[in-house]
Amino acid sequence: MTTRDVSLTLNVTPESPALVAAIEADNPQARISRFPSMIKIDCPGRLVVHRQSVSERLGREWEVQEMQLQMISLSGNLDEDDDFFAVAWR
Amino acid sequence: MSVTAIGDYRFAPRDAQANFHGNIVVYLHWEGHNSFCAALAFPLPPDMPFGAILSDLLPTCYGSHPDWAKIDWNAATWTLDGAPFTPDPARAIGAQGIGHKSLLRFWTPGLDGVGGSRS
Amino acid sequence: MNAPTPPRRKLSLKQRHALLTRGLGWDTTYQPMDKVFPYDRFEGIRIHDWDAWEDPFRLTMDSYWKIQAEKERKLYAVIDSFAQNNGQFGLTDARYLNAVKLFLQGVTPLEYMAHRHFAHVARHLRGVGPRVAAQMQSIDELRHAQTQIHTISHYNKYFDGFHDWRHMYDRVWYLSVPKSFFEDAVTAGPFEFLIAVSFAFEYVLTNLLFVPFMSGAAYNGDLATVTFGFSAQSDESRHMTFGLEVMKFLLEQDEANVPIIQRWIDKWFWRGYRLLSLVSMMMDYMLPKKVMSWAEAWEMYYEESGGALFADLARYGIRPPKHAGVATKEKTRLSHEVWCIFYNYTHAAAFHTWDVDTEHKDWLAQKYPDTFDRLYRPRLDLWAEQAASGQRFYNNALPQLCTTCQIPMGFTEPDDPTTICFRNTEFAGERYHFCSDGCKDVFDPEPQKYVQSWLPVHQIFQGHCGGAGMEDVLRWYNLNVGVDNMDYAGSPEHRQWVDWMRGRRIAAE
Repeated sequence: MTTRDVSLTLNVTPESPALVAAIEADNPQARISRFPSMIKIDCPGRLVVHRQSVSERLGREWEVQEMQLQMISLSGNLDEDDDFFAVAWR
Repeated sequence: MSVTAIGDYRFAPRDAQANFHGNIVVYLHWEGHNSFCAALAFPLPPDMPFGAILSDLLPTCYGSHPDWAKIDWNAATWTLDGAPFTPDPARAIGAQGIGHKSLLRFWTPGLDGVGGSRS
Repeated sequence: MNAPTPPRRKLSLKQRHALLTRGLGWDTTYQPMDKVFPYDRFEGIRIHDWDAWEDPFRLTMDSYWKIQAEKERKLYAVIDSFAQNNGQFGLTDARYLNAVKLFLQGVTPLEYMAHRHFAHVARHLRGVGPRVAAQMQSIDELRHAQTQIHTISHYNKYFDGFHDWRHMYDRVWYLSVPKSFFEDAVTAGPFEFLIAVSFAFEYVLTNLLFVPFMSGAAYNGDLATVTFGFSAQSDESRHMTFGLEVMKFLLEQDEANVPIIQRWIDKWFWRGYRLLSLVSMMMDYMLPKKVMSWAEAWEMYYEESGGALFADLARYGIRPPKHAGVATKEKTRLSHEVWCIFYNYTHAAAFHTWDVDTEHKDWLAQKYPDTFDRLYRPRLDLWAEQAASGQRFYNNALPQLCTTCQIPMGFTEPDDPTTICFRNTEFAGERYHFCSDGCKDVFDPEPQKYVQSWLPVHQIFQGHCGGAGMEDVLRWYNLNVGVDNMDYAGSPEHRQWVDWMRGRRIAAE
């Protein structure tokens, strides 16, 4: 797997703290950059968001398709299923 | 080379000379003075004497520049459509090889724009 | 407290998506498929298996409506509140709104065109998966056009240049730049359109449009634009993914597709890049509070991200766009050259330009240490002197336009920033001029497209633009002369802004 960075750029919303905390916990090499009204997350190779991780931190059931409300931009090939959302370079 | 299309793809050029009411389009550019953002475009009658460009047209366009008054026209060099050109002020532009959508560029040696920045 | 239980599902996301997209398609039997889909073969693109299309977002219509409705609810609440509370008083400076005028005049009509053409593509691609994605994008783009118009309509109550953008888009000289870009794309076949718009514009170059405008809005107190920007951006990530998926799908279907796609990448990277030169000017010159320079944005969003992208596509035999190197060379000049164009022709524009103050020039010098003081500060200083003595410079003649991008030819030689770049071609006995090798390389393989270019300067000379004089043309533009155009200094909206700010200071004392 390549080590080129993938990235996700997210809106700042009430769900952001839980989402970012889940991403940090599940992706030890992720780097978080904060800008006015947006958060950029860069990570070598692959970045994954686990539904369970986010739900635990949010205190309610969170659906992966809610990422639609958070996303500003992404870099990398996307893979999504019921339990995860990931970007990766092959 | 042609366009890949679902049928016959041929159109008359929108800017053919015939569309300009007897004029040709001529572009003029004073090199080294890029505070004028681009070459200038004019619709000109082909029988217009070249001298009228120098005396009537260009001063109203370039005259505000501090270098304009200092130009020595004897030292200026020209190209017409990429080839060296010596304009004859007395002759018509059309009689000197200036045609539709021709580009005339001129250099005024020693005058390099604001503070030598070529602006 | 117990850990949350997983939601009960009969089908996985992948299964549901397959059933609600591919599962609802069929091959026609009473009419041949080629007759039902007459446009998806002529470009020479070969597809062997449409079922190989994978839509990573796996969005089905039921989820789509729910998610989009949620975005709209949030968005309109903010827009209405901004209007009710006179949010325009929170702007850093009214000069900022000239960026928004450029957006409404030049970008919003393209959202609408995208809506129309994605609807076309949604009908004319043989594969169901991409048809569904295109249909959603068509609705997204209409939503973008609507929300932009709605948001910006508030500014139309108090500021100038917003009142007739739709009319201006068809007529005003600088708006032929976005218009011709999109008309080139929609008159191409569906695959070229997808590479042009979904891949080149919405994946490779998108951040160079949206981040400058939306961050610029955030930094300058334009809450309304920020809000519609973020609402649109969440759709954009789906569009980006569609673009990348199209690319990979076509490349994987047949090796014969690779050279066709490479030609389109080369063409549309360049066309998109030239279109975005208007944004470079906006970022470096029109934002009172600046986000970053164009050069920095280019480095971040093209050189770094684009580098990673094209490294990934190399496995298919795709190389980076042919003239990307020129774009990178131009990064320290582009904004200055475009500002020069608009400063020259502010008398004919439906937005203002102005003389840049010392603090701003020093910022530019710091961001462009190799070019600004040497090449551009001198002209800004000359113009400021001329304006101060009552002789504000306006160019008295019309400019030479590039036949392809239709921008005035104010760009310079890649290796010489002091010499205007001139390129030309002869075709069927006529001369055509271009600003760059990139634009010439668009014309030369398909001259029959660009001999049709509706070049505003030539159209004025042909007498199609309301008359021979500048004022005739401006009236034909529906431009309010002396109000929408000319320098910001002394304009009606400048005087209004000063009055408002004076009122606030008095109230604060």
